[in-house]
Amino acid sequence: MGFEIDKGGNYGEFGGAYIPEMLYPNIRELEENYVKITTSEQFKNEFSKLLKDYAGRPTPLFKAERLSAHFGMNIYLKREDLNHTGAHKINNTIGQILVARHLGKKRIIAETGAGQHGVATATVCALHGMHCIVYMGALDVERQAPNVKKMKMLGAEVVPVHSGNKTLKDATNEAIRDWINHPVETHYIIGSVVGPHPYPDMVTRFQSVISEEIKVQLSEKTGRDYPDYLVACVGGGSNAAGAYFHYLEDERVKLISAEAAGMGVNSGMTAATSLLGTTGIIHGSKTLLMQDGDGQIVEPYSISAGLDYPGVGPLHAWLAKTGRASVYAATDDEALQAALLCTRMEGIIPALESAHAIAILDRIPAGREETVVVNLSGRGDKDMETYIDKLGL
Amino acid sequence: MNRIDHLFKNKTGEILSIYITAGYPGLNDTSALIKSLARHGADMIEIGIPFSDPLADGPVIQKSSQVALGNGMSLRLLFNQLEEIRHVVDIPLVMMGYLNPVLKMGMETFLENCQSIGIDGVIIPDLPPREYASLYREQFQSFGIYHPLLITPHTEVERIDWIAGLSTGFIYLVADSATTGSKSSLGPHQLEYFQRIQKMNLSIPSLIGFGISNHETFSAACGFAHGAIIGSAFINAIGQEQRETLDNRVAQFIKGIKVEE
Ligand SMILES: Cc1ncc(COP(=O)(O)O)c(C=O)c1O
Repeated sequence: MGFEIDKGGNYGEFGGAYIPEMLYPNIRELEENYVKITTSEQFKNEFSKLLKDYAGRPTPLFKAERLSAHFGMNIYLKREDLNHTGAHKINNTIGQILVARHLGKKRIIAETGAGQHGVATATVCALHGMHCIVYMGALDVERQAPNVKKMKMLGAEVVPVHSGNKTLKDATNEAIRDWINHPVETHYIIGSVVGPHPYPDMVTRFQSVISEEIKVQLSEKTGRDYPDYLVACVGGGSNAAGAYFHYLEDERVKLISAEAAGMGVNSGMTAATSLLGTTGIIHGSKTLLMQDGDGQIVEPYSISAGLDYPGVGPLHAWLAKTGRASVYAATDDEALQAALLCTRMEGIIPALESAHAIAILDRIPAGREETVVVNLSGRGDKDMETYIDKLGL
Repeated sequence: MNRIDHLFKNKTGEILSIYITAGYPGLNDTSALIKSLARHGADMIEIGIPFSDPLADGPVIQKSSQVALGNGMSLRLLFNQLEEIRHVVDIPLVMMGYLNPVLKMGMETFLENCQSIGIDGVIIPDLPPREYASLYREQFQSFGIYHPLLITPHTEVERIDWIAGLSTGFIYLVADSATTGSKSSLGPHQLEYFQRIQKMNLSIPSLIGFGISNHETFSAACGFAHGAIIGSAFINAIGQEQRETLDNRVAQFIKGIKVEE
C-alpha cells in the first residue's frame, strides 16, 4: 500500500487542492518549486544546520524506565519537547521560512490555535528579519495570553479573528483570506499537515526528521532500528506524520494515533476527528472532518488547544481508512492524569497534546519485551495554568 | 434554451446580476427577495448557499452566511423554499456555494434538485476547473446545469483560454486578487486587466464581480464586459436596520446602480 502522494497531491481518496481560482497562482508556485528547493544541496545544508544549531536537534530518545515498568512495555520518549520553542512545530517553520526565502517572499502569515505554531513562526521570522502576521481566534487570544505576548516580543503582529467561532478553524480561514488578498509577496506558513496540496506533503517532509532520528537512536539503544509500536497525538497530524514517516511502509511497526476525545467521543464535546469525521472538504483538502448533516463544519472541543481542529491531515485520514494506523481517543481527564503520571514518574511535564499519547498506552496490546516509541511532541510550560487549575496543584 | 443563453442573446450589455445569501436577512426572505429583484430590474440572481467556512468571502458575506445559518438555513430547506419559484420568476437563477455542503448532499442529488426547480447554473468557487472537468462535467451536462468558472488578474493567458472553454453560460471575471467586498473602487490595474480580457474576444460572455458596489463601478465594469455582479454592497443595503420594506430597499438599490445619483 502506498502512503506517498500521487501527482494530484492525493493520499488515496484524500488530499488534493480544493482552492478558489484566486489562490491558484500561489499554490501552483509552491507546488512547482517545493520539491526542487527542498532537495537542493543548499537547502538541505541550511535546513540541517538550523535544526542542529538553532532548534537543538537531534532531540534525545529517552528510555522511560518507570513508565515502562508501570505499563509493562519498553517505552522510549522522543523528546520533541526539548526543541527550541518547546515543540516539534519549529521543524516545520524552519523549513518553510527557508522555502519562503528561496521563493523571494517578503511577508509571512500564519494561523495559530494555542499559539505554539504562532510562536514557532514568529521565532523564525525574527531570525530572518521577516515581517510576520499571525492570525489567532479572538477566543484563543484571550485563552493563550502568554503566547500572544511572546509573539509580540518576537516582533510579530497578532491579529485576533472575530469571524465564525473565533478559534483555530477561523484563524486558518482568515490566513487563507489574507493570502488571497496578498498573492505575490506573501508566503503562508501553515502549521500542520493540513490544507491544500502541497502543504501536507511539504510539512510531512520537514517533520520527517523525527523518524529519521528515531531510526538511528533506536538502533543504537536496542540494536534494532524500528519499534513495535509508534504512538503520537494527532491534531492536524504533523508530529505524528513526522514520527511515522520512515516507517509508513514498514508493517512491522504498528502506528497508533491518539486523538482528543474531549468530554468523551460521543459527548458532542470532542475532537476525535478520524473516529467521528466523515469525508468532506476543509481548508482546501479532502479529508475526514467533523460536520453536520448539511455539510457545515462543526466546532470541535478539547482541553488541549493544539488538538481541537475539526479536520485531520489527509495522510491521517488515509492511514485511518486503510487501517494502517489505529486510532484511539483520550478524554480531557485521561490526558490530565497521564500528564501527571509522566511528570511524577519521569520528571517531564508534557504538553497537554502529548499527554494524550501517553494516556492511551494502557490500551495498546504491547508485551513486556516489545518496544514502544511515544512522540513527546511538546513541553507543558504553556499548559501550566490548566494543570494548576484542573489538577488542584 | 438555458435561460442564461437567452439572457445574453437578448441583452448584450449592462447586465446586472445580484448575489443574495439564502436565508438572509430572514429565513423566509429568499423567495420574496428573488421576486422583488426580478421585478425591479435585476437580470440574473446568484443565490448564495450559506457555509460555515466561506474562505473566499470578506466580512459582509461571512456575516450574512453566519446569520443565515443561525436562522436555520440549509441546502435542503432552500430547495424546498424554491420549489415554486419558476411560477413567478423567469430570469436566470444561479446557485453559488462552497463544495462541502454540495458534496454532503451528493453532487447527483444536488444537480437533480437544481434541475427540478429550474436553476440554470451553479458556481462552486472551491471546485477547481481540473476536478470539475474530470469528475463532474458530464453530470452538469446531463442535468443541463451551466457551470461558470472564475478567472482573476493573475490567471495566465493559456489558462484563461482553457477555463473559458470549460465554462458554460458565462465566465466570471474576478475583478481583483481579493476576497469578496474588499475594494470599493476599480484601479488602473483592474481596468488594464479588463481590457486585456476584452481583447481576447472570448467566445463566451463575461461578467465582472468582486468589488462592484455602486453606479460608478458598475458602469465602469460594463465598459469591458457584458455586465457585472454585485454581492456585498447589496447584502449591506438590505441588512441595515431600516423602516422601509425589503421590496423598497431592493428598488432603491437597483435604481442607485442603474441611474447616476
Ligand atoms: C505540543 C503539541 N503537540 C501536538 C500538536 C498538534 O499538532 P499536530 O497534530 O500537527 O502535531 C500541537 C499543536 O499546537 C502542539 O503544540
